Amino acid sequence: MTTHASRTADATARAAGAATRERLGSQPAGDRVRGLLFQIVVFSAALIAIAGLIALIVQAAAKGWPRLNSDLLTNQPSSQAEEGGFQSAIFGTLLIMAGVIVTVVPLGIGTAIYLEEFADNTRWYNRLIEVNIQNLAAVPSIVYGILGLGIIVRGPLNLGFVAYAGSLTLSLLVLPTVILACRETLRAVPSSIREAALALGATRWQTTRRQVLPAAIPGMVTGVILALSRAIGETAPLLLVGATVFVTFNPDGPFEGSYTALPVAIFNYVARPQEEFRILAAAGIIVLLGVLLVMNSFAIWLRNRYATRW
Amino acid sequence: MASRESAAGSPVAPVRRPLTAARPRYGEKVIIGLLGFCGLISVAVTVGIVAALVGPTIDFFEEVSLGEFLSTQEWAPTFSDPSFGVFNIVAGSLNVTLWAIVTGIPMGLGAAVYLSEYASERVRRIVKPTLEVLAGVPTVAFGFFALTFITPLIRDVWPAFLGDPPGIFSAGAAGIVLGLMVVPIVASISDDAMRAVPHALREGAYALGGTRMQVATRVVVPGALSGIVASFVLGISRAIGETMVVLIAAGNSPKLTLNPAESIQTMTAFIATTATGDVGFGTITYKTLFAVGALLFLITLAMNLLSIRLVRRYREIYE
Repeated sequence: MTTHASRTADATARAAGAATRERLGSQPAGDRVRGLLFQIVVFSAALIAIAGLIALIVQAAAKGWPRLNSDLLTNQPSSQAEEGGFQSAIFGTLLIMAGVIVTVVPLGIGTAIYLEEFADNTRWYNRLIEVNIQNLAAVPSIVYGILGLGIIVRGPLNLGFVAYAGSLTLSLLVLPTVILACRETLRAVPSSIREAALALGATRWQTTRRQVLPAAIPGMVTGVILALSRAIGETAPLLLVGATVFVTFNPDGPFEGSYTALPVAIFNYVARPQEEFRILAAAGIIVLLGVLLVMNSFAIWLRNRYATRW
Repeated sequence: MASRESAAGSPVAPVRRPLTAARPRYGEKVIIGLLGFCGLISVAVTVGIVAALVGPTIDFFEEVSLGEFLSTQEWAPTFSDPSFGVFNIVAGSLNVTLWAIVTGIPMGLGAAVYLSEYASERVRRIVKPTLEVLAGVPTVAFGFFALTFITPLIRDVWPAFLGDPPGIFSAGAAGIVLGLMVVPIVASISDDAMRAVPHALREGAYALGGTRMQVATRVVVPGALSGIVASFVLGISRAIGETMVVLIAAGNSPKLTLNPAESIQTMTAFIATTATGDVGFGTITYKTLFAVGALLFLITLAMNLLSIRLVRRYREIYE
């Protein structure tokens, strides 16, 4: 009796379920078609964007491939496309980047430590620094070039058109990036570590120096490398602070002589109408992208290898 | 409080140790001072930018009236008979930015919706970092791509009824590539904003019978609007301030037009072209560089402040 009753109840429930599904279980055909179309549209947006960006790299690689040999790195720039290379540009870029590292690492890390570990952010001047850094990150790179021209090359610093003027300009350009990245890694160190050190009687600087910094260093190095990889590809500001487009000799030093840089030399070749120069430019782009790939991979490896999970 | 009570209760008064440092650490004060000094440098940079721009700009306006600067006459500051209608190069910047918006923003938003609402976690873990790495490709490479790939492509597929195909240099080709360049910015920031919309809202919408598309367009996108709009503004301000792509692919002829097929000159391209030539210190050409730079700085600063305000105004706060 009871089993029979429950079986009937079961069947009723199943019938009700089927009726509900028939009414509500499937979308109206119009909605289904619209949904499918929408999904196709957003999927192709992502696909086209990725495809376009990959096409950029593939096209440069395909075009520059025939010129990709050691002559490219050892020959000086030339008005003969067959003989042209990038030697002075590569030396210039190395010199500029050395200057950037020397400048931006202490400045960026120092500011990040100050803001994250010491600054009382209810004070107006500390808030001013923060708002400033946010705004600086959005200033177009060419405006940094103008700053470099007006203040570093001429004006107060009056360095002239030398490689370190380029270094300093690029340092200021990537400074906000470095500060933001370093602050992020400092913030990731749990405050219990700090509190433990302080409770044992360490001073704030001892806590920072011996507990917080060692934990944050890998992240900071990653952030610095990523910022440097942005600086290495920057062209526009260098055009204003004296990276001459055509230099056939290596730079003398950071404070003397004219200089050029890899992206500037590439720009010089791109701007020429002859096809041979464009091939040379494409080969230069491959070199630049190769350097960037190495830097980025190293940064990612470093992050994965040394990252501490709290 | 606790220590005083225990002191009163016990027969022997405990030795009170001061919790302050036994001796001042001057070295530490110096270090903190040095770190604070590093922070001040960032303020100095801003002051420096403003100072570097203001001085020569004031000099510029002593020679050229504001009326002439903000007029639609020709832009020819380097000619022996110069004229200074800045709208010609502002229009150039607007022209390429317009086409960058038309191509980049729908693509970026679409990609973000796909990543946040449709893509599996595995796809997302591959696609998003790829996009971010591609965003780091140097701008000179984007310029090369515009000149040697997009321009010939446009010229090949140009429909006859639109008139003559664009020349070697065109605002459209530069704009499309700028659009491609801002996609990673828009997609990445919008995706983050959409993922911050709580799942309960999506589930609520599904329970009311919403389809996946309705949930995406009527719940998630409005919920993440502040972040999405901020990503748009950031992308647009990047497009306005970008130099190399327009310098390589958009030409150097100041023109008051929004036609993508024309060769134009942007504010940034003017600065870069003029500065690479031999500009005498203190000449009117030199000062013009700074005046245009100041205008560019003001435009991007205004956009940045706008994006901060928009974010505040439309932010939905979820817990």
